Amino acid sequence: MRIELTVNGERHEADDVWEGESLLYALRERLGLPGSKNACEQGECGSCTVYMDGVPVCSCLVAAGQAQGRDVTTVEGLAGDDGLDPVQQAFVECGAVQCGFCTPGFLVSTHDLLARNPRPSDPEIREALAGNLCRCTGYEKILDAVRTAAHS
Amino acid sequence: MTSTETRTTGKIGDSPLRPDGTLKVTGEFAYSSDLWHDDMCWGVTLRSPHPHARIHGIDVSAALALPGVHAVLTHADVPGLNRVGLEHLDQPALAEDVVRYQGEPVALVAADHPETARRAAKRIVVDYEELPALTDPRRALDEGVPQVQPGGNLVRELTIRRGDPAPQAPVVVALDFEVGMQDQAFLGPESGLAVPDGEGGLDLYVATQWLHVDQQQVCRVLDLPPDRARLHLAGVGGAFGGREDLSIHVHACLLALHTGKPVKMSYARDESFFGHVHRHPAWLRYEFGASEEGRLAYAKADILFDGGAYASSTTAVVGNGGTLGLGPYNIPSVTVDARGVYTNNPPCGAMRGFGCVQAAFAHEALMDELADRVGVDRVEIRALNGMRDGDLNITGQLIDSAAPVAELIRTVRDLPLPASPEGERDIRDLPGGASNTTHGEGVVRGIGYAVTYKNVGFSEGFDDYSTARVRLELTGGEPVATVHTAAAEVGQGLITVEQQICRTELGVDRVVVHPKNTFVGSGGSTSASRQTYVTGGAVKAACEAVRAAVLRLASARLGVGGLRLDGDKIVSASGEVLASLADVLGAEAVEETVEWHHRPTEEIDPETGQGNAHVQYAFSAHRAVVDVDVELGLVKVVALDTAQDVGKAINPDAVVGQIQGGSAQGMGLALMEEIVVTDGKVRNPSFTDYLIPTILDMPPMQVKVLEYADPHAPYGVRGVGEPPTISSGPAVAAAIRAATGKALRRVPVRPEHITL
Repeated sequence: MRIELTVNGERHEADDVWEGESLLYALRERLGLPGSKNACEQGECGSCTVYMDGVPVCSCLVAAGQAQGRDVTTVEGLAGDDGLDPVQQAFVECGAVQCGFCTPGFLVSTHDLLARNPRPSDPEIREALAGNLCRCTGYEKILDAVRTAAHS
Repeated sequence: MTSTETRTTGKIGDSPLRPDGTLKVTGEFAYSSDLWHDDMCWGVTLRSPHPHARIHGIDVSAALALPGVHAVLTHADVPGLNRVGLEHLDQPALAEDVVRYQGEPVALVAADHPETARRAAKRIVVDYEELPALTDPRRALDEGVPQVQPGGNLVRELTIRRGDPAPQAPVVVALDFEVGMQDQAFLGPESGLAVPDGEGGLDLYVATQWLHVDQQQVCRVLDLPPDRARLHLAGVGGAFGGREDLSIHVHACLLALHTGKPVKMSYARDESFFGHVHRHPAWLRYEFGASEEGRLAYAKADILFDGGAYASSTTAVVGNGGTLGLGPYNIPSVTVDARGVYTNNPPCGAMRGFGCVQAAFAHEALMDELADRVGVDRVEIRALNGMRDGDLNITGQLIDSAAPVAELIRTVRDLPLPASPEGERDIRDLPGGASNTTHGEGVVRGIGYAVTYKNVGFSEGFDDYSTARVRLELTGGEPVATVHTAAAEVGQGLITVEQQICRTELGVDRVVVHPKNTFVGSGGSTSASRQTYVTGGAVKAACEAVRAAVLRLASARLGVGGLRLDGDKIVSASGEVLASLADVLGAEAVEETVEWHHRPTEEIDPETGQGNAHVQYAFSAHRAVVDVDVELGLVKVVALDTAQDVGKAINPDAVVGQIQGGSAQGMGLALMEEIVVTDGKVRNPSFTDYLIPTILDMPPMQVKVLEYADPHAPYGVRGVGEPPTISSGPAVAAAIRAATGKALRRVPVRPEHITL
């Protein structure tokens, strides 16, 4: 099948998409946007988190066909013309990135949290990010980064 | 991996930012599963559904007939020696007549879409005859059990005999302990891209921990010389030991050479659980004899590791479990028997902590038991028995640098404790969390302690070296250093450390980290907490060679001897600035390559286990505070605080990051992480059923870093990555014991262990 969607403000289309492909696969393998990650592909780790029409979703659990005509923002779309988003900057500066495979998902989830709640408490941060797994950091520096981004 | 450069300044002891950080937050960093090539096809693996079976035949015709399929390969298509293995060549790259574990690779498919490849794999008909499986490692050496490997079921037996062979003591404590099978659970799946060069050779881009050993293994199976199979490090999404053995390497190369096309392979998470080795489950029987005051007189340990169907690094894990398995204590008389055995369970090998993790649960539980028996405080009994600089360990090796066991355990004791719970509590801070299982009723707090030690680097006589090539030249009028090693960056921050060392030694701001590949000598393995020490040592030595060459150049140009480099200035013996580094370099590039070896180690005596087995020891202590809902058996870790001697913190922020991440993995094993294997079959190969700590599970972690320089190591560094994974879990288990009064002789601790 053929799909058309908007990703990071640009119209994209892909042909010969197999009906079983996920939005994650389409982004990574058909649209040249591998920033969203394929750590579990079963909705458990959050590494593939993207915005779809402004709502964070696990793109591995969305069929590519379901994204037809929708507006998607990925980690590649977070930075503006004037540089990194404050959330991205905070993750770099606070040491919240080690291997970085979870980072794209954490960035989108954090970006969404701060849009809804600009001054989250620690329990609110933990609850909001509970769907994103990180194996490297023990999360302490991720918490630092979220607090830093909230105050920037 | 693209070469990385940053102008971020920072010498050793600073905490400059990672040079790949920006790429990683913008989604541009190329991990091994992100790779793409024109005209590439996808490879998948068909794996055995049985833990033990004979293969009578494989029919690939239906798979080959599927449109879009380019190749279906079996062991018959392997051109070289069909054997892989880190320490023993005991595993076929593709199964021949027997499969020995559920998940063993049997056949490969390449197709133009991954789903086509998966469907084709399902059409391969394998004629299996199921065989009786050996799934209980405690029976592996009994008469009449299935033989897993032709040479029998024993991988290694290690004995240590020291001091009085029949020791007596007034106080004797003993226990049996069992540790479940943990998974590394790195997030980046096993993946890579093999690109044929059209001349019978290829380039493999892969996520790994040691490019050169992978290259040896790939070349052996493909029957190619090293210059025809070139390996390149793709972006690595975590490793933790799980990428020491091969995964897609040989398979992607076989498919690429056979089809003449680039082949990408990337495991889904369920396949990842079958596609790498795990941490050995272990059964441990310990006995301590001590004086009435609690001073250890003797220790006995019997340790069994389940190696699974193939040896992987079981030999070395037994080495660590045996030689380090009594913990960082002075013990006059010692009897240790450690064994690793083959079974038809999933193969086990390297994971962070490597043989010490399992043993630490036993010796720390028993140390608490001894403390309680003799009426000594649980912290002070560790201080009383702890090693110090100048002591001998249980293999008779002199501890010839800092061993601050007493200081570490007292330091964690003295860190601030979390506030005692009072009044209404946020349920998210309680066991069960937002599940709303308690508002505080039935919740009991407990505190536990542990102290452990770990060898750094490879042991028992292994020549454990690294190679660094450093080039210094002017670019745009500014001196730029380029550092090239094959040492794998897996997320820990080695590339940052390489840059810091170059800046420190050469006085330059700009340091380019060359992509990691096999075009330079081996960097050794990114494991055993060794890269800052060994590759750091190699980079330092290469920089020193470059600096000496630059000063020779300056002396020739200036006609003056006795010069030195001060920042980016060439100064005379009296300190007068004679020239800039840029002036001296001119159009010349200075390049030096150095292979750097640390102090040699020795094999231990086969009968007594005595010998200088290890290069260096690293010590850490943890204090865990837990709240336990004793009615439901749910645990919330409230605090997990640690102290660790790192010798010298090259990058203090990264050191803390390693310690926090390592602590989380140890806590995971104590509380939730276990691959459940029943009758040789894995029951939970997913992140739905194999749980790792989330941000809700992790408590705040205070980290106290001590820096007692090791005089034998570059800059005094001591390996950092593994110790926190060893001491955190036993502290958590001890805290749950303190809260519940239960013995808890098995980890992970499940709710029913607490409530029943």
